[in-house]
Amino acid sequence: MRSYRIKRILLVLLLVCVQPALAAETVVTKEAQPNAEDPAIEARLINLAEDLRCLVCQNESLAGSHAELAEDLRREIREQMKAGKNDGEVVDYLTERYGDFVLYRPPFKPVTWLLWLGPVLFLGMGGVAWYMTLRHRRVTGNVPVDEKRLATAAQLLEEDQ
Amino acid sequence: MKRWLPLVLFLVLVGFFAKGLFLNPREVPSPFIGRTAPAFTLPLVGDANASFAPADMKGKVWLLNVWAPWCVSCRREHPVLMQIARSGRVPIVGLNWKDKEREAEALLERTGSPYVAVPDDLDGRVGINYGVTGTPETYLIDRAGIVRMKHVGPISNEVWQKRFDPKLRELGL
Repeated sequence: MRSYRIKRILLVLLLVCVQPALAAETVVTKEAQPNAEDPAIEARLINLAEDLRCLVCQNESLAGSHAELAEDLRREIREQMKAGKNDGEVVDYLTERYGDFVLYRPPFKPVTWLLWLGPVLFLGMGGVAWYMTLRHRRVTGNVPVDEKRLATAAQLLEEDQ
Repeated sequence: MKRWLPLVLFLVLVGFFAKGLFLNPREVPSPFIGRTAPAFTLPLVGDANASFAPADMKGKVWLLNVWAPWCVSCRREHPVLMQIARSGRVPIVGLNWKDKEREAEALLERTGSPYVAVPDDLDGRVGINYGVTGTPETYLIDRAGIVRMKHVGPISNEVWQKRFDPKLRELGL
């Protein structure tokens, strides 16, 4: 029984470890059109496009998507990189047209404050709730014992025997 | 009061999720609303020597309809566009997006054209400059050349009444 459990845990761990490796591989094979002209630009493109959203299949990255629009956008990015634009300028080009929605990491600005700080906020709320519960417990834990009722209880237990 | 707090928080959360469930993920807010429509010059379908530029429409309220012959929902939208064109209320320009098979001219001849001009965006670059994610998409552009509204997906009679009609009224049409 015990060893079965351990085996199961090991299996889960193994799957968790293997999955990212598999995922990375599929992305590479999908995008594997090594640009003979300039592998450096292609590497930059893939690196950048991993963090960009494909507008057609919205949960795919621009690097891994087969959608025609994604191909066109990769072509645009490639050409802009060849023209000497840096990553920031390429991202600006895309957000100018498609908005912050193309970014998988939205920028930190007033509209996204809640998005970025939300987790900290919730952690803080949890902490406060935890503290209050503990304090409440300490206070109620120290209620003085009513000697009379304790005696009655002992008597009842004795009678039962 | 204290006892109800978790329930209240839970209901607030449910409210947010319910709202999220009914939002359309395709309705990505366009950064062009309130900005000048990007300039371009493209040859026309059927007459490659003539060209179209948004500046040609200065002083008019007009619709830029991004469509393609290979696009199925565009065919569904076609009769509605024909109706709008017949009413003469607002001119429609039909950007022919990525028509690699070169079918637009024959198709429009067969079905009738609701467009005053059909610029030919073969490599799709102009569409990308407008932030097009798929056909059909329609932009409402005002007399000063500023984008006032964008609609993603086919225009139905209902969409026309609900979204376009009020905006056109606002612009005095």
